Amino acid sequence: MAIELKMPALSPTMEEGTLSKWLVKEGDTVSAGDVLAEIETDKATMEFESIDEGTVGKILIPEGTENVAVGTVIAVLAGEGEDAAVATSAPSAPVPQADAPVAPAAVDRPVAKSQPAADPDIPPGTNIIKLTVREALRDAMAEEMRLDDRVFVMGEEVAEYQGAYKVTQGLLEEFGPQRVIDTPITEYGFAGIGTGAAMGGLRPVVEFMTFNFAMQAIDHIINSAAKTNYMSGGQMRCPIVFRGPNGAASRVAAQHSQNFAPWYASVPGLIVIAPYDSSDAKGLMKAAIRCEDPVVFLENELVYGRSFEVAQLDDHVLPIGKARVVREGSDVTIVSYSIAVGLALEAADALAAEGIDAEVIDLRTLRPLDKETVLASLAKTNRLVVAEEGWPGCSIASEIIAICMEEGFDDLDAPVLRVCNEDVPLPYAANLEAMALINADKIAAAVRSIVGR
Amino acid sequence: MVRKKADAGANRPRLSLHVPEPKFRPGDAVDYSDLVIPEAGAQPRPDETCQASDTYPLCNDMIRVLGSNHRAHGPWDPRLSPDALRQILSDMTLVRTFDNRMYRAQRQGKTSFYLKCTGEEATSVAATRALDFEDMIFPSYRQQGCLIARDYPILEMVNQIYSNRADRLKGRQLPILYSARSANFFTISGNLATQLPQATGFAMASAIKGDSKIAAGWVGEGSTAEGDFHSALTFAAVYNAPVVFNVINNQWAISSFSGIAGAERATFAARAIGYGIAGLRVDGNDALAVYAAERWAADRARSNAGPTLIEFFTYRGEGHSTSDDPNVYRSAHEREEWPLGDPIARLKAHLIAVGEWSDEQNDALEHELDEQVKAAQREAEKNGILGHGLHHPFHTMFEDVFEELPWHLEEQAEQAIKERQIKWPD
Repeated sequence: MAIELKMPALSPTMEEGTLSKWLVKEGDTVSAGDVLAEIETDKATMEFESIDEGTVGKILIPEGTENVAVGTVIAVLAGEGEDAAVATSAPSAPVPQADAPVAPAAVDRPVAKSQPAADPDIPPGTNIIKLTVREALRDAMAEEMRLDDRVFVMGEEVAEYQGAYKVTQGLLEEFGPQRVIDTPITEYGFAGIGTGAAMGGLRPVVEFMTFNFAMQAIDHIINSAAKTNYMSGGQMRCPIVFRGPNGAASRVAAQHSQNFAPWYASVPGLIVIAPYDSSDAKGLMKAAIRCEDPVVFLENELVYGRSFEVAQLDDHVLPIGKARVVREGSDVTIVSYSIAVGLALEAADALAAEGIDAEVIDLRTLRPLDKETVLASLAKTNRLVVAEEGWPGCSIASEIIAICMEEGFDDLDAPVLRVCNEDVPLPYAANLEAMALINADKIAAAVRSIVGR
Repeated sequence: MVRKKADAGANRPRLSLHVPEPKFRPGDAVDYSDLVIPEAGAQPRPDETCQASDTYPLCNDMIRVLGSNHRAHGPWDPRLSPDALRQILSDMTLVRTFDNRMYRAQRQGKTSFYLKCTGEEATSVAATRALDFEDMIFPSYRQQGCLIARDYPILEMVNQIYSNRADRLKGRQLPILYSARSANFFTISGNLATQLPQATGFAMASAIKGDSKIAAGWVGEGSTAEGDFHSALTFAAVYNAPVVFNVINNQWAISSFSGIAGAERATFAARAIGYGIAGLRVDGNDALAVYAAERWAADRARSNAGPTLIEFFTYRGEGHSTSDDPNVYRSAHEREEWPLGDPIARLKAHLIAVGEWSDEQNDALEHELDEQVKAAQREAEKNGILGHGLHHPFHTMFEDVFEELPWHLEEQAEQAIKERQIKWPD
């Protein structure tokens, strides 16, 4: 069969070029690798080589022609044993059928997980204890480390010092320095090391002293951990947990008070979890460590010391991707996550005194986002406010508002509002800091403005 | 009193900045006589479990085995059997044949991008043959030789390059950014040097698990400027991780010569000294020296004696990639004047010199390998080439983002497929 020689793309961006010179003429015999022509682009002049052997049939584009589009048939080559004359008319190559079945690509189509499971029931008579979020996280890691010897903890100050915020308290003593590893001071370094260890078959829990410092590690989180599974066609996995405090702390100013949840939550391939209370922190941390996908687990420094009730179960694991209605109400829905859930509950209490019955939803997981729970609540209350301790632009609040517009428009009786921090780097001075941050009063005021009472 | 600005530091020398410039630019005559090329066989070979500092003289030397008489010399001679040597020669020849055909396929528009390793074949092939098959390879993008030296099917490589319906990576990756779990070959990253901390992490995991697999990473000399290179060396040194770092010093990072990465001040092997790990500098065009050095480092890592940084001194024979034209920034005479020769020609000459090979056998081998690549290419083309529409089914785009397909992606997939059916009913 005659072979069409097409104007080659010399770079991925090249669209056309000049056929400056033919180095063969019609009737010439060529073999693979022979230079046929010189082609000029705005960047360079390149030699165009033959990939097959044969006889040059018709030359369709004369030399000196400018602006020849990539893919244009410039000449025809007759193959071995063919008559070059036959090949002088440009043949139309049959276009292969796009959907012809073929063995190598036979795809086992993965079964989609149905809607996220509900929280498991707590059997009656279960002992309920008070636990700080700090202890809950530690217990979750310790339990998983006992169950699975592939799990280890790595980060700055996690071993001897027990964690900068004491979240890894007692782990070194129980599991030893091979599984609770103090690292050199380089977030970029140990995020890469952890990613490699996960690829090597372990289950690393990488602690960032705060997520502010994870900024220099973000390349490994996003370009390596989150994408390895996809880029390898499902061959290589990276089951890792990146955890640490996120969001504003107290009086640590601009570089140490930032909520990165929307950044990570925008990346395909990552699971992003940001719990509020101890029970969710424990149940979701255990789920995160067992997860086959890379997880970014966002804690909050100001919440570490708060105590909440936790059911004393042998294995308290919660579903990833499921929001929780933390307070039921009928007049308005306040959607929130992490520390702002506490503020939303505070606002709901204040509003209750005025006769406004607010429902509060804790998203808990930010990717994948449980929009079903949000939309079901909106269908009930017809009004919605998002409360987020973070900047307003391109935020989780923006995403929730988009979902309400796209899929809950008919249920809306008022515009969806967002209550966030001021759109400035967080100031240090106590009065300025307080003014810049979200609080319960701001949430309550937003609710009042759309409830109209 | 205000001091007059003009007087400030008037008696101090004016500061000046040094911007490295390569010795030769296009059109220049090339003279490499200032490169120190030591005699083959003259370098001492310390025990694999030696103190790291015992290797430091070798960081500023160059380990060489094949001499100008084509014989193997000195303590670094790996004493490989003729069969093993012929295997390495065959692998390297296959790499070069494959590169030539794929390069032309790109020129024919069958793929958008290709990248050859001409002149550097030994640094991937011989090094890989020196590792255990179970050892994990963390390559950069010019290590197609590692896959070929692990007998990975070249048909799979062509399918990936064509991003066709048989591509095991399902059309998701740039051509040549292979991933091959079955060959213990990690997914190539487009981001430079990320594979080095990952190799160290893999090696540390192997040690934590009490396994015997080590990790080996490859990186270009230009990428040693990345922070990842230094993080990886720090961790490897601190935890004595069983890892081998191969720095391929091919003199050019696209158009930046090695001086831009610091080569005017110190060798790349000498980076090991500051970290306190073993370092070797090796003639990268000498397949026997490459094999011996990699094997030494692998044995050292496997016996818990620590990591090694190896600099393979070589030359990038062609452009950086199909998107590059080196004629605009370097002298075309560099390759022909390169004092370390060509790795394939040198190994072939050695095998002939010891009576284990002939020109006729070599011609037959080249012909056979060319036919093999041609056949693989034809076979792959049945599965489609760039832009011919023979791709993976649309739905696969949504798969492998997570371990299980989550409901929200299934929703997106269904919606997108429905929209396509409305817009393009056929």
